[in-house]
Amino acid sequence: MHYTLNVNGQTRSVDVDSDTPLLWVLRDAVDLKGTKFGCGAGLCGACTVHLDGAPVRSCQTPISDVGKAAVTTIEGVGATPIGARLQKAWIDVDVVQCGYCQAGQIMSAAALLKQNASPSDEDITSAMNGNLCRCATYTRIREAIKQAAKTDLGAATSGQRG
Amino acid sequence: MLQHLQDRLRARSSKAESAVASRRDFLKASAAAGGGLLFTLSLPAFAKAAAAGQAEGGALMLTAYVKIAPDNIVTITSKNPEIGQGIKTMLPMLIAEELDVDWKQVRIEQAILDPSKYGRQFAGGSMATPLNWDPMRQAGAAARQMLVTAAAQQWKVPVGGCTTASGAVLHKASGRSIRYGALAAAAAKVPVPDLDKVTLKDPKDYKIIGTSVRGVDSPKVVKGEPLFGIDMEVPGMLHAVFQKCPVFGGKVVSANLDDIKKMPGVRHAFIVEGGSDLQGLMPGVAIVADSTWHAEKARRKLDVKWDEGPGRAYSSEGFAKQAAELGPKAPELNLRSNGDAAAALKGAAHVVEASYSYPFISHAPLEPQNCTAHVQGDKIILWAPTQNPGPGRTLVAQTLGLDESKVIVHMTRVGGGFGRRLDSDFMAEAAWIAKQTGAPVKLLWTRTQDMQHDFYRPGGFHFFKGGLDANGKVVAWQQHFVSFGANGKFARSADMDINIFPAGRVENLSYGASLIPFHMPTGPLRAPGSNALAFVFQSLTDELAHAAGKDPLQFQIDLLGKDELLPGKGVGFSTGRARGVLEKVRDVSGWGKGSLPERTGRGVAFYYSHLGYFAEVVEVAVANDGQIKVNKIWAAGDIGSHIINPIAAMNLTQGGVLDGLGAALNEKITLKDGRVVEENFDTFEPLRMIQAAPVEVHFVTTNNTPTGLGEPALPPVIPALCNAIFAATGKRIRSLPIDTALLKA
Repeated sequence: MHYTLNVNGQTRSVDVDSDTPLLWVLRDAVDLKGTKFGCGAGLCGACTVHLDGAPVRSCQTPISDVGKAAVTTIEGVGATPIGARLQKAWIDVDVVQCGYCQAGQIMSAAALLKQNASPSDEDITSAMNGNLCRCATYTRIREAIKQAAKTDLGAATSGQRG
Repeated sequence: MLQHLQDRLRARSSKAESAVASRRDFLKASAAAGGGLLFTLSLPAFAKAAAAGQAEGGALMLTAYVKIAPDNIVTITSKNPEIGQGIKTMLPMLIAEELDVDWKQVRIEQAILDPSKYGRQFAGGSMATPLNWDPMRQAGAAARQMLVTAAAQQWKVPVGGCTTASGAVLHKASGRSIRYGALAAAAAKVPVPDLDKVTLKDPKDYKIIGTSVRGVDSPKVVKGEPLFGIDMEVPGMLHAVFQKCPVFGGKVVSANLDDIKKMPGVRHAFIVEGGSDLQGLMPGVAIVADSTWHAEKARRKLDVKWDEGPGRAYSSEGFAKQAAELGPKAPELNLRSNGDAAAALKGAAHVVEASYSYPFISHAPLEPQNCTAHVQGDKIILWAPTQNPGPGRTLVAQTLGLDESKVIVHMTRVGGGFGRRLDSDFMAEAAWIAKQTGAPVKLLWTRTQDMQHDFYRPGGFHFFKGGLDANGKVVAWQQHFVSFGANGKFARSADMDINIFPAGRVENLSYGASLIPFHMPTGPLRAPGSNALAFVFQSLTDELAHAAGKDPLQFQIDLLGKDELLPGKGVGFSTGRARGVLEKVRDVSGWGKGSLPERTGRGVAFYYSHLGYFAEVVEVAVANDGQIKVNKIWAAGDIGSHIINPIAAMNLTQGGVLDGLGAALNEKITLKDGRVVEENFDTFEPLRMIQAAPVEVHFVTTNNTPTGLGEPALPPVIPALCNAIFAATGKRIRSLPIDTALLKA
């Protein structure tokens, strides 16, 4: 089947089976390797991407369900102010150990901050609990999300909200 | 120089042999590693300086590790696999320090597998720091000395009058300076100095060691750039899946290959006969397709008739029954015997009797096993997320009947190791399938395959009797370890170090073992041995402390006794260093001070693992329904004289502690009819954020060579947690994972 996708603001045409998970469309057909395969069952969150800004598990999202929705991946999220702040915070806080889950973590965090500019610890846990980090970098993930959120508040008070 | 090195290699033959060791030999070597191989790394080719003088795009290779470009950018080679332990940042820090360059002018390149150049290249046993602390600093100092020599020759001044700073050589007397970039060509012609004779910095002059350097790959990780094995892409590459028998060791009788071959995108489907070595290429069915999804869809239609073989007879339930029968009997093997434990128990004022058990667990790295392989002429090239590329190459060579020199191994970044990728089965599979297919192939396992074809942390059972005298002193310790193995030989990673504390401090002590036969692959998992034995030994010590009516932390300190080295891994077990971390964690946690709410308690434990000393305090609140909330964890560690990269050390310690917490709370692999029941992260669940307690980390620095941090922080948290639960509820956890139903008010 032929599908036309909007991925990170670009139009991409692919020819895949209608039941192909978006994960494998992105990785194999579009050649964006940032979205990761972890469990194939929506249990680990490594494959998290955004459809029209909402987080979805791309391993559980067949291409036929994507329609005209804008797909944002880890390769594109840095173009948004929230994504860029998160990526910077992830580096500043030195969150990464093996790094395999971190694309999914950042995508879940970006969706959280879009909904909630100043999340509490409980908000963070509830938004992030579906994302496994086998290296258990959770303390730093939490810290980086808070740092990215704080940066946003700083920008807002100085009237330079990006 | 060469002769010197050869002499050195000969003198350290065990180490030298291990550089070309087979897979099994490697494992033997690493098992013995703490026992005396330590601090003996050779750097064969660095010394040879085989690469010196070679130009690469305007940059000059000074040595095998250091390349300098005219713009003063210094590229440092990182020799070991990066699995999340931060080695790709840390090893180059050591070189950069002694090379005397600024970190901002440094770029890092991952080495290919080439033991002739780099010595052993692996990620395991927390060995990279102790093995490389001296050699990497020497490598940096040697390159620096070559640059200084070149400058001195150019200026016609004595070498002694030259100093270095920030990637430049300075001659203070004349006020001259020259950047390394301008010296590289001349320096490359200077003979590489003898590594043993290079001058190393005084640690007080360190500018990089001891500073926090962020992960060198992190900017790529956060943007999703391809780095991992699974991200490999080769022109013309096909995608493979490989289905093995769910019962370990089962063989293929037949499969519906004709149907599979008709499925969309499928290019090849074939039976792999394989062998019977659970660490090698096992029997199965390979499907190769034009995309991952086509291969996976075909796999789901696969109908295989298996000959399940003898493995089918085994189950976790059966193991537990056998253990219960063996426990009270005399041990099959006597591991250690001091004094007369049986007699001392009879004469003891108080006897504590307890049996402990823990389950098999899986490594479950988040990146499922995968490998990309391409046969080119008489060679095969592999791109592998491996912890152990050398033995991987040996296995591939053996499997394909090739000479090892024909097997090229590129190390990709690894999405979690935890010991799983010390085994190379996935490399053998990819190589075999690529050879049969005649095209480059990326093999990818499903999560279920990864969980059901692991090399599991072995389960175990311990039957214990301890005796106290009237003063609460431990006078007898009798322990019967029921483990796995056959014919008097422990299965892989199922053994027990006979020097585990309190050996050497209890007059009448016996460690014995009995072995249950089984048919299941086992292997090292982060802090092998210690990750289970710490739970048993440190819970038992806590039981004795309570029976003696003493403060558990002080009881531990008293049991350690005077400062001395007892027999143990590395240079031995230092009771003083153990006491040091216990005292530190006591002080930082405010142990014994203030009162805690009802059903809230604190527990303490320490352990000596992989040459590091950690003591940890856990504070836990147990709800009336038995649910556990860990409020906080304090960890105090002694890994020697320097914390090389503090920001990474803190991360790795917190991760190790939380990994142990996850194992204690959640993790269990169940064998039923010869196969693993758990399939995915719903039934085998590593720690999630909601369970991730804050971990406060403190390091005690001592005058000892720096040692590794991948493992030693993990073991103590498990007994510290269980001891805290006892303090909170009076209920003793003697089996893992923790059954909260037992903790109801």
